[in-house]
Amino acid sequence: MLNGYAGTILEVDLTRGAVRKEPLPEKLAREWIGGRGFVAKTLWDRVPAGADPLGPDNIVVVAAGPLTGAPSLGAGRVHFGAKSPATGGYGDANMGGHFGPELKQAGYDMIVVTGRSDEPKYLFIDDDRVELRDASHLWGLGTMKAEETLKKELGEEFQVATIGPAGEKLVNYACVSHDFGRQAGRTGIGAVLGSKKLKAFAVRGTKTIPLADPAAVWAKGQEMYRAVFDNPGMAQWTPEGTAGVVNWANEVGAFPTRNFSSSYFTEHEEINGHALIEKLKPISKGCQGCPTPCGKYSTAKSRLGEAPVEGPEYETVALLGGNLGLDHIEEVAYLNHVIDDLGLDTISTGAVVGFAMECYQKGLLSKEEVGRELAFGDAEAALWLIRKIAAREGIGDLLAHGVKKAGEEFGPIAQAIAPHVKGLELSGYEFRNAPAMMLAYATCDIGAHHNRAWAITYDVQVGQDKVEGKAQKVIELQHVRPIFDHLGVCRLQWVEIGFDYNHYSALLKPVVGRDYTWDDLMAVSEKVWNLNRCFNVREIPGFGRSWDYPPARTWQDPVPDGPAKGKFIPRERVETLLDDYYRLRGWSADGLPTRRKLEALGLGEVAAALADRLPG
Amino acid sequence: MKIGLREDRCSGCLVCQTACSLSLFKELNPKKSAIVIEPRFPTPGNYAVHACDQCGECATACPVGCIEKGDDGVYRIDAESCTGCLVCVEACPQKVMRVHSSREVPIKCTLCGDCIRYCPRSAIYDVDGDIAEKRWY
Repeated sequence: MLNGYAGTILEVDLTRGAVRKEPLPEKLAREWIGGRGFVAKTLWDRVPAGADPLGPDNIVVVAAGPLTGAPSLGAGRVHFGAKSPATGGYGDANMGGHFGPELKQAGYDMIVVTGRSDEPKYLFIDDDRVELRDASHLWGLGTMKAEETLKKELGEEFQVATIGPAGEKLVNYACVSHDFGRQAGRTGIGAVLGSKKLKAFAVRGTKTIPLADPAAVWAKGQEMYRAVFDNPGMAQWTPEGTAGVVNWANEVGAFPTRNFSSSYFTEHEEINGHALIEKLKPISKGCQGCPTPCGKYSTAKSRLGEAPVEGPEYETVALLGGNLGLDHIEEVAYLNHVIDDLGLDTISTGAVVGFAMECYQKGLLSKEEVGRELAFGDAEAALWLIRKIAAREGIGDLLAHGVKKAGEEFGPIAQAIAPHVKGLELSGYEFRNAPAMMLAYATCDIGAHHNRAWAITYDVQVGQDKVEGKAQKVIELQHVRPIFDHLGVCRLQWVEIGFDYNHYSALLKPVVGRDYTWDDLMAVSEKVWNLNRCFNVREIPGFGRSWDYPPARTWQDPVPDGPAKGKFIPRERVETLLDDYYRLRGWSADGLPTRRKLEALGLGEVAAALADRLPG
Repeated sequence: MKIGLREDRCSGCLVCQTACSLSLFKELNPKKSAIVIEPRFPTPGNYAVHACDQCGECATACPVGCIEKGDDGVYRIDAESCTGCLVCVEACPQKVMRVHSSREVPIKCTLCGDCIRYCPRSAIYDVDGDIAEKRWY
């Protein structure tokens, strides 16, 4: 028995309609920890090189970590991964709620979904009983209705993760939804599940998760909770959740505004955390084990409609609020509901709609091509376009591919303002006054995502103009932050209230029965970072430095207004940042890991597999 | 110590259930706890919290008299004499006498207080005030 783990992997072959159970290999647990580590290793090993992301050869991996479900702050996390249809490279997404703990209690650390079904299915897991069941009655349903239907059929105690209509229609930024408002949002995992005709997972688990030393685990868990109860950061972060960041992002000139053309939204106080609480009057809805619930659940009422919604969280406020020029929090919340229910990622969807609006404004996209007028600040236009994208009707069919593909269609002016890196849309930080944040987006393994390195706080701390030392900090953060996704816990207590991360390695010891220092965990994280870079080298033709550039607007257009007015990052500074980053990582000037570096990280087999592509 | 509930503060984090199973059984298994959190989503969009108030209905219902009130006011099941008939489970007005497939004997709150101590939002609190309340935001 492997303490801290459920001990079993579920192999789900949709082509044959078969489910098989395999023991979790001890070597996998020891060397890759769990969660993101399991996802990265499994995708590298099992996705055939060159597989079509939306074809039967791609796989979807769902993996919990050793601290998922443990008596730890934020122990509700579970990791999803697949070869991404958005980037053609490594894709993953992390989700909170209760799905991960339930999966482990049912007896499984990981689900590996392969093949493709002819008919819609959902995966039913009730402890040892695992079945692929007919989902024809769920196909076409929104995520809210699909989850509600399964809970009514099976029982409230089942935890459900489902795709929506956008996943079924293979929109490149379709997500997986759970608990009426938590998502594995990014990189289009929902589309990969849609291509396989797997609508949902429903799981109930009643088993005890084995621990090496239960008394010591609970003693450590108690210590962790007691340490946060009196933390002054609780008062700062809990009331408004992540939407509390809106004011700060504007003050430092980093708030995505009108397709990232500006970094300051004049009306931001209409959509900030305070407005959310005052106008939506939400309850707090937390993930498992969370003392600082950032989920804010309410009914969004506006002229657009009325519906229940969890959120909007910061990223959604940024991408649907400032980025679309919307200054009513109720409208942002309603759009949040619609996007969640369609099973789309709010970040990419907001970026795509904002991009279309600016292209329309610049005359790169006509009324005839769109089918109506588009303008920043027009919530009805946004709602209309979102529905077109999910249904893949008219212009929505092209926009369903994301801003990279759409930019290629609309021409070079559009390409320069298409907010993405590697084909994944930018999340909620405009970075022309934040070079470390730019580098974090540029080098993130899944494309332009903030959560591997929320380096903007470092920019603000040491100077937003400086580039020196930024690459080192980005690398450090790219190892620290993703390790939470290996362990199966939330990073936000560390980020928000300064909770000492050594608590987690200390808790890991009585959970799994082995000593892990924080440095041990960092070594795993660096290994995974390099492996994912190699996945991109293997899967993306010509992958290297040229794939790490941010949109040309970064150096072409100074920020027009706000605290960052006049700022931009000259091309040579972008090059300097990339040079520094590659050198410090032990990669070539083209951004390729060297075989020597990989061997030093214990990735000799990976180096050998890519011997003709990687420098020595 | 007396359990009080403020449902509007519950965020569904289940720390109470995790604490309960670790306290009662030294096991990590929220399904083996004597507290029920009932999520009510998508509407009305809140949580109902059910916990034992030591009302004694279980003892009244027990056909073999194996549930007795201690000097501390807490009703406890004598596992030796319990026949596993589950009449008490049916009788519990709060529906917090819980059954688990690994046990014949139902799970009953012993008023250990760990759910109160570790509820981050004092949605479960001590009416008598012996356990300090957390600040709530």
